[in-house]
Amino acid sequence: MPVVSHVTCPVCGSFCDDIEVIVKNNVITDVRNACAVGAAKFLDYANHRNAKPLVRKNGELVEASWDEAVRKSAEILIDATYPLLYGWSSTSCEAIRVGLELAEEVGGVIDNTSTICHGPSILSIQDVGIASCTLGQLRHRADLIFYWGCNPWSAHPRHVERYTTFSNGRFQKSTWRAHVSRLGGILSKKRLRRAINLVLGRDVFATPEISRELPYNMFQKKRKMVVVDVRKTHSAEAADYFLQVEPNKDYELLQAFRMLIADEELDVDHVAGVPVETLNEIADVMIGCKLGVIFFGLGLTMTEGKIRNIDAAISLVRDLNQRTKFLIMPMRGHFNVAGANVVFTWQTGYPFAVDFSQGYPQYNPGETSVIDILCREEADAGLVIASDPVAHFPKKAAQNLVKNPLIVIDPQTTPTSLMADVVFPSTFVGIETEGTAYRMDHVPLPLKKIVEPPSNCLSDVEILQRILHEVRRIRSKRK
Amino acid sequence: MTQLIVKNGFVYDPLNRIDGEKMDLAINDGKIVGKVDEKKAKVIDASGMIVMPGGVDIHCHIAGAEVNTGRLLRPEDHFRDVEAKTAITRSGVGYSIPSTFTTGYRYARMGYTTIMNPSMPPLEARHTHEELNDTPMVDKASYPLLGDWWFVLEDLRDGMIKECAAHVAWIMVATKGYAIKIVNPGGLEAWGFGQNVRNIDDTVPRFNITPKEIIRGLCKVNKLLHMPHTIHVHTNNLGKAGNYATALDTMKCVENLASDDKPVIHITHCQFSAYKGSNWRTLRSGAEEIAKYVNHHRHVTLDLGQVVFTDTTTMTADGPFQYGLYQLTGNKWVNHDVETETSSGIVPFRYRRKSYVHATQWSIGLELGLLVEDPWRIYLTTDHPNAAPFITYPRIISWLMSRNARDITMKRINKRARHKSLLPSIEREYSFYEIAIVTRAGQAKSLSLTQKGHLGIGADADIAIYNINPELVDPSRKYKAVRKAFENSAYTIKNGEIVAKDGKIVKSVRGKTFWVNPQLSSPIEVADDMKRRFREYWTVEYENYSIPESFLAASAPISVKAEV
Repeated sequence: MPVVSHVTCPVCGSFCDDIEVIVKNNVITDVRNACAVGAAKFLDYANHRNAKPLVRKNGELVEASWDEAVRKSAEILIDATYPLLYGWSSTSCEAIRVGLELAEEVGGVIDNTSTICHGPSILSIQDVGIASCTLGQLRHRADLIFYWGCNPWSAHPRHVERYTTFSNGRFQKSTWRAHVSRLGGILSKKRLRRAINLVLGRDVFATPEISRELPYNMFQKKRKMVVVDVRKTHSAEAADYFLQVEPNKDYELLQAFRMLIADEELDVDHVAGVPVETLNEIADVMIGCKLGVIFFGLGLTMTEGKIRNIDAAISLVRDLNQRTKFLIMPMRGHFNVAGANVVFTWQTGYPFAVDFSQGYPQYNPGETSVIDILCREEADAGLVIASDPVAHFPKKAAQNLVKNPLIVIDPQTTPTSLMADVVFPSTFVGIETEGTAYRMDHVPLPLKKIVEPPSNCLSDVEILQRILHEVRRIRSKRK
Repeated sequence: MTQLIVKNGFVYDPLNRIDGEKMDLAINDGKIVGKVDEKKAKVIDASGMIVMPGGVDIHCHIAGAEVNTGRLLRPEDHFRDVEAKTAITRSGVGYSIPSTFTTGYRYARMGYTTIMNPSMPPLEARHTHEELNDTPMVDKASYPLLGDWWFVLEDLRDGMIKECAAHVAWIMVATKGYAIKIVNPGGLEAWGFGQNVRNIDDTVPRFNITPKEIIRGLCKVNKLLHMPHTIHVHTNNLGKAGNYATALDTMKCVENLASDDKPVIHITHCQFSAYKGSNWRTLRSGAEEIAKYVNHHRHVTLDLGQVVFTDTTTMTADGPFQYGLYQLTGNKWVNHDVETETSSGIVPFRYRRKSYVHATQWSIGLELGLLVEDPWRIYLTTDHPNAAPFITYPRIISWLMSRNARDITMKRINKRARHKSLLPSIEREYSFYEIAIVTRAGQAKSLSLTQKGHLGIGADADIAIYNINPELVDPSRKYKAVRKAFENSAYTIKNGEIVAKDGKIVKSVRGKTFWVNPQLSSPIEVADDMKRRFREYWTVEYENYSIPESFLAASAPISVKAEV
């Protein structure tokens, strides 16, 4: 059976590149090495496909020819004074390059999904910088790993195994054995507590109190993993220590750590629900490590404080570098959201929310970012690619998006594509089309073509190029 | 292809020993030829103008991971410098770190046609080449960072020069690189745990090897592979007071590897490695010592890394140095360590003429440029954007060509720096011929780009024409006219086509990407060895690491026969 190996997985920001895919008669029958999320995409991607170009006529989406759909889209974009081009994070860099050229040509605003995920992280980086690295550096060296406001066990399932605590590096070894034995202990403890509760007639389902005390392995020299979150997630259970923070108090906690690392004393007993003695101990562990890292997710970027949280986190890492080596990295979601930022930046100087209406790139998130433009009802047309804003945007923004003429390029039927005026059936990049994408640490890797696409689908690059050519053709004719 | 004749220009072509002769150049099919049919050819009247080969820049950070992170880091750098889209050109932004298209256009406007991107983390080479594909107008190449690569450290530690050469050859092909770049050898590996090395005899922690052994080892490897360029070295202790001694040690340590007068080492942005003194207060110029050494030893080439007083962005692969700069300035700081290979850092920086240190740095660069006697071994760079953006080259040309220009700037710099500067004692002024050497001919020679940097028959038709008459203008007095002429070429010809005219882009063209393909006797053996060990070193697969040639928009491989 033909096996395609070293396939990159077009799902999350971990962007694993060791997937093996078994193909039989142009159908993927099995996947090896992938996590549940990755395997599901490879095995089920063919469902709910957009099969043909659709154009809305008399309120109904009806099948149309490619030429008609392309012409209609070009006309929409030309007639608009302030079109929005949104999405990009789940397609290839090659497509994003054409997209930027199209946005420049039509004088629109182009924005990617980081506007609603790690946008605050980018704004913070522009404020204070960032001390980061590639993931292999951590695999080889990191002995203290923080996951802050993120849940890799569920969202980036192979992150811990490939890059951090359970990976084997040159200077640091995997701790999965210790974890397995500890897991046994945790399970038997759970059972025992349940039995006692039953016997004593207590509420079995009540959340058990979480111990604040640092376990002995936090003081050992080997690799340690700490999870900071508002609730006990699966990742937290895999961690050596779980630090539960009160919701929306991350900023206080980070600043408290900064004070403790600067050897200042705190006048309060608790910060963000954590006793100061515990914080002191953790601060000592931070200073004592050889190389520490903080991974942070939307639990930090999208809760109260937003960019100020990230400012504090990056500043904490910066301060720690005076005592030891410490790094920080955002846990990027989509497999090419980092790539979207990268391509935007080299072509326009800015990573997202780029406005071409003056003929040159302008950037002012809050003004030129897609949600704000939609809420102010300024846009008069939209092109959405590789994204589903109707399902995810705030209601008002989504309403104003679908009010205007809307072009959607997507392999699958989504709430957004159902509301569109033109729908292009595209191929799946990384399964049916080649390309390039960037892992969360900005390591570029190739996306592979494993199977042939359905006959009536074109790649994102081709679709965008066709629209761009049509726009230029119509414009030169009108002149 | 169009035929062109450039008529009546004053031609400066140092590689062919032509010094301001009035002559015509014929161009056919992108090459310089002996003769074309005058009736068919388009004629460019260059009377009263200077004609030079297209500029060659041996060291400018224009693409790749760190440059792009620099762009991301500094929206404030972009707001005040924008270029709108035209019918021919794409839009862009950026003063010290322009976006890719703008970079290409600005070089073309200055008459530059070939540029070298000097620091490419091998793991992120794909990124560099993606950006180079989007950098129009110029031919280009990249140097992979190899001085701290674990394979190099291990091979050299174990004395396995030939294996090391094979590994280096493999990575040149895998990353489509052009030369061996060494940055703070050993220091970047140490930086993985926040440490550094102190001098070239210090031991690299955990690897039991010294920077000296790395430099010598890679110098030997470079010879075994017959690479077109020498090793390209950013010294240890860069940017620290007292480091001129380290720079001298670095040059000395490969002295006995040189033969038949050929250079074996290039010390890049030498200004940053030419400091005497023990701290910033006692900083003095070490340019005299370095120039003296270089004047007596033919195995070294240098480039300037000239400081210009302006706001810019520093970015190097030297992580510990950038951290030091962050501590010094308190500015925003980016660090990016790359597994098994290298690191990098970025800090925005403003060079102020009233600062003693910055003014001294300014003076050191020019002192080096003027005290090194042989222009063929010192090249004009600003280590763009570290010491200044590349668009400041015309100002540096005017300083090199005119004592007046230097005196005028000198009057406005920090008083103490002025009193200590050697510049007032230096009479030398560059001629146009020498400028042509330090901005194109010498650099092309050092890179062994045989088609570039000259206007002999068979050379690529990359030509810059500047509107200044060397018979009428005395560059010493009219330095402003010189500056203006070099800011915007009258014509830039790339591959036989006029691409820029009077500072306007008239045609957008795509440049080639050069890379070196060393021919090994047993390439399969090396590949197998790499494949076996690959997963222990990186977090990506062997098959996904190498960049296929088709990934380059216009690939121009240079095959060399290796001795291994």
